[in-house]
Amino acid sequence: MARAVTNKTKVWNTVTSGTLGFLMFFPILWILVLSFKTEEDAIRAPLEVLFASDWTMDSFAAVQARSDYFKHFMNSVIISVGSTLVGLLIAIPAAWAMAFVPAKRTKDVLMWMLSTKMLPPVGVLIPIYLIFRDLGILDSRIGLTFVLMMINLPIIIWMLYTYFKEIPGEILEAARMDGASLREEVIYVLTPMAIPGMASTVLLCIILAWNEAFWTLNLTAANAAPLTAFIASYSSPEGLFYAKLSAASIMAIAPILIMGWFSQKQLVRGLTFGAVK
Amino acid sequence: MATKASRSSARLMIAPAVILLLGWMIIPLAMTLYFSFLRYNLLQPGDNPFVGWENYYWFFTDPSFSAAMWNTLVLVGGVLTITTLGGICFALLLDRPMFGQGIIRIMVIAPFFVMPTVSGLVWKNMFMNPVNGIFGKIASGLGFQPIDFFGQYPMASIIFIVSWMWLPFATLILLTALQSLDQEQLEAAEMDGANWLNRFWYMMLPHLGRAITVVILIQTIFLLSIFAEILVTTNGGPGVATTNLTYLIYVSSLLQFDVGIGSAGGVVAIILANIVAFFLMRMIGKNLDA
Repeated sequence: MARAVTNKTKVWNTVTSGTLGFLMFFPILWILVLSFKTEEDAIRAPLEVLFASDWTMDSFAAVQARSDYFKHFMNSVIISVGSTLVGLLIAIPAAWAMAFVPAKRTKDVLMWMLSTKMLPPVGVLIPIYLIFRDLGILDSRIGLTFVLMMINLPIIIWMLYTYFKEIPGEILEAARMDGASLREEVIYVLTPMAIPGMASTVLLCIILAWNEAFWTLNLTAANAAPLTAFIASYSSPEGLFYAKLSAASIMAIAPILIMGWFSQKQLVRGLTFGAVK
Repeated sequence: MATKASRSSARLMIAPAVILLLGWMIIPLAMTLYFSFLRYNLLQPGDNPFVGWENYYWFFTDPSFSAAMWNTLVLVGGVLTITTLGGICFALLLDRPMFGQGIIRIMVIAPFFVMPTVSGLVWKNMFMNPVNGIFGKIASGLGFQPIDFFGQYPMASIIFIVSWMWLPFATLILLTALQSLDQEQLEAAEMDGANWLNRFWYMMLPHLGRAITVVILIQTIFLLSIFAEILVTTNGGPGVATTNLTYLIYVSSLLQFDVGIGSAGGVVAIILANIVAFFLMRMIGKNLDA
């Protein structure tokens, strides 16, 4: 970074990259604008939409009234947070053991866990559907939470493993020398050091679960449908109601956009399974 | 370092995860394999006789199958080409010194966090709709005939939407990789008279090679399973013009309730994904040693 860059170059770079960023972001920006318009105004010419029409919050209320947005929002929250927390409970001990008590097979076990992630969901759609039907958990939050937990489990274990690996083993040995039991070691020594890593793991998994759109569409109907399925119900003919579709979309993506911005860096590690850091 | 006691407790700590994942993998996989050899339709009660390879025969000879294979190839190939080349350009552009880099990067990455059903519907209605969409409005404003994207170019439209969602992913990973390149080396090369093209071709691109491979492999795994974007925009149509393998299996399983043929398709999808997974796992495994 020692190279001196003239302000002129920097301004040019800002303008070109900024245009790029604006174009990529524009669809999101546009539905944000449309969500504050009436249906009649939302389908006018773009410039009229921006400058010659009133702003209103009516669409948000209409979305809630039409199809109980909050129920679906809560489904999304419960399913994505629930699956992440349950996954964390199972993954922490496993990742801890693999990182600090490595055995000959540890690498193989890790790779095998990862390989379960490569299974295309459509390949096991029928068995899962039939099992769920027979257990009576089709269209239930429990069933969906379980599926999403299983899908994200390899990612959670893998991410935690790479974070735990970065904690120096000497500290744990010192604790052990001082007579800390395994439980104390995990609670008082490991956990505080691992919290940043765990936080980003949680963030990424909630994002992935929130946006998951194969199982959530195929295993739910009215009761457990999260926001992905709720939005899909707008495909026709309500899709032509631009203001309402925009308001519903904004409400569905806003929480995750904000979380996503906080977890950019960890995203790379989590999505490439540590292959790019 | 590890005592015998800690070894066995370690095993105990890994056990729940291993048992769950094993069950999650083996049970449905075995069922899919088993169903694929049965004549089994949920709409036709009665016993489900063993029919050998019949389901595979029907699946492979169905004209929709070859269309779906071709569509899958076009979709995955198209999106990969756009996102990889675009991702390299975006990463290079974003890696330069500029004002407000953080905000610009956030704007580029944002589409990745938009759920597939929202992307599909928003692009289809607000942008690509020939009457009320922005593209249509601009076209008619300029005096051109608006294009009916999903009517005339359904597959290209889906490729475009999916690329919009995955371009940020490629950009983010390639940018991360690019930033780990030693700046001093680049400067040294510059002082020795290497122009930008030389630096890009002989230094940056080789450095990015590994990240590019990872991007391609991981995206392929996800792109083979594209479903929601098709469901909310075209429903696989017109005809089978946008039916990919995933969508075809979904149609035979959950719309036609043909468990046997759907399972045969599932087995085919699993084999396809495994071929990609094999190479991806080798890449990741190599990194684990380092």
